[in-house]
Amino acid sequence: MSKVRLATVWMDGCSGCHMSFLDMDERILEIADKVDLVYSPLVDIKTFPESVDVTIVEGAVSNEDDLKKAKMIRARTKILVALGDCAVTSNVPAMRNQFGTEGVLARAYLENAQINPHVPNKVIPPLLPQARPLHEFVPVDVFVPGCPPSADDIFSVVADLLAGRTPDLHGRGRFG
Amino acid sequence: MSPAAPGVVTFVMDGKDVSARADQTVLAVAREHNVAIPTLCALEGLSTVGACRLCLVEIAGSPKLQPACVLKATEGLNVSTRSERLDKYRKMIVELLLSERNHVCSVCVSNGHCDLQSLAQSLGIDHVRFPYLYPSFAVDASHARFTLDHNRCVLCTRCVRVCDEVEGAHTWDVMGRGIRSQVITGLKQPWGESESCTTCGKCVQVCPTGALSEKGKSVAEMRKRRDFLPYLTQMREEHA
Ligand code: SF4
Ligand code: FES
Repeated sequence: MSKVRLATVWMDGCSGCHMSFLDMDERILEIADKVDLVYSPLVDIKTFPESVDVTIVEGAVSNEDDLKKAKMIRARTKILVALGDCAVTSNVPAMRNQFGTEGVLARAYLENAQINPHVPNKVIPPLLPQARPLHEFVPVDVFVPGCPPSADDIFSVVADLLAGRTPDLHGRGRFG
Repeated sequence: MSPAAPGVVTFVMDGKDVSARADQTVLAVAREHNVAIPTLCALEGLSTVGACRLCLVEIAGSPKLQPACVLKATEGLNVSTRSERLDKYRKMIVELLLSERNHVCSVCVSNGHCDLQSLAQSLGIDHVRFPYLYPSFAVDASHARFTLDHNRCVLCTRCVRVCDEVEGAHTWDVMGRGIRSQVITGLKQPWGESESCTTCGKCVQVCPTGALSEKGKSVAEMRKRRDFLPYLTQMREEHA
């Protein structure tokens, strides 16, 4: 049986969802047997491949790079999973939304800076006006709420997907 | 068959015959029969306002949905408490509530003990289909013991009613219209400056979300204690 091409992506999130993924103990071996991890912050591949079966996204869409990636990933992925509250609701990253990007950048880089206060304008991708959930930009197939979702929930969703089933959290999934 | 005793009615709920006192609401009868109807604004011991519409039920022969918390049990009524249509509206209501303010469950004092959060879970809501508004709302921490976070308020008016009807202070009210509505203390003074507030904390305990909380509580630490309410109501009824 050919292996499922799996990718995981880290956008505006704290990486807690990836940590929770790793937290599923020995069950991760069961998953590792069935997948090719073709892109992930956990491996050293730099470019997102052309065709992926399942992509799991952690984090909100918060800057121009996130947005570009989201569209590219969607175009190259069969099943797109929004993992965790930041991807699903925008969660904590969205708490900046009511202050505007200028206010947020000034707070971070000017008001609180002791040495050489200036707002970076090179290399770092510009912020979007608001951090917003993934599904407001591209169609999402599976939502896994939680901050972070439990390792059990992540395992059950991934195991379902690998077996070709539609994931069902049976009412366990919860915001927060 | 003998006629029903005075004040007792028989009606159909989800295809089953049930009997009730004529002064009971369909919600009360449903609870007696362990039929779960989601509610948010209703709270036993307070007056009913029918504000949140989560408890809507279908009535055979009527195109209009009715809130079970207000609807009185009447002879011959035929109600359904579950259907695809009701499910659709209930989900929509909770999703709209989530999109209208900044609930951010993960960093809320009430995380894990919140009526809104558990409603979303029990209705199977795994994302919100409406664009989030991310409005700009303040936090009033001027009171010595309690905090009001408008970002988490669902405008159920439980606080307004408990303060008026049980404590008798009427510190709370609602100002504004529609989506701009907001709960206020006094004449929109900072809560800490309210002269009518007795600091009894009843509003905090009945609030379904983390909008009202006790100071000093961190994320997920705010558990509400509502047992006082049925007790006070019962005492008042018995000594009326
Ligand atoms: S503060 Fe709490 S109890 Fe008062 S209206 Fe808002 S959600 Fe309801
Ligand atoms: S519980 Fe009936 S309308 Fe809110």
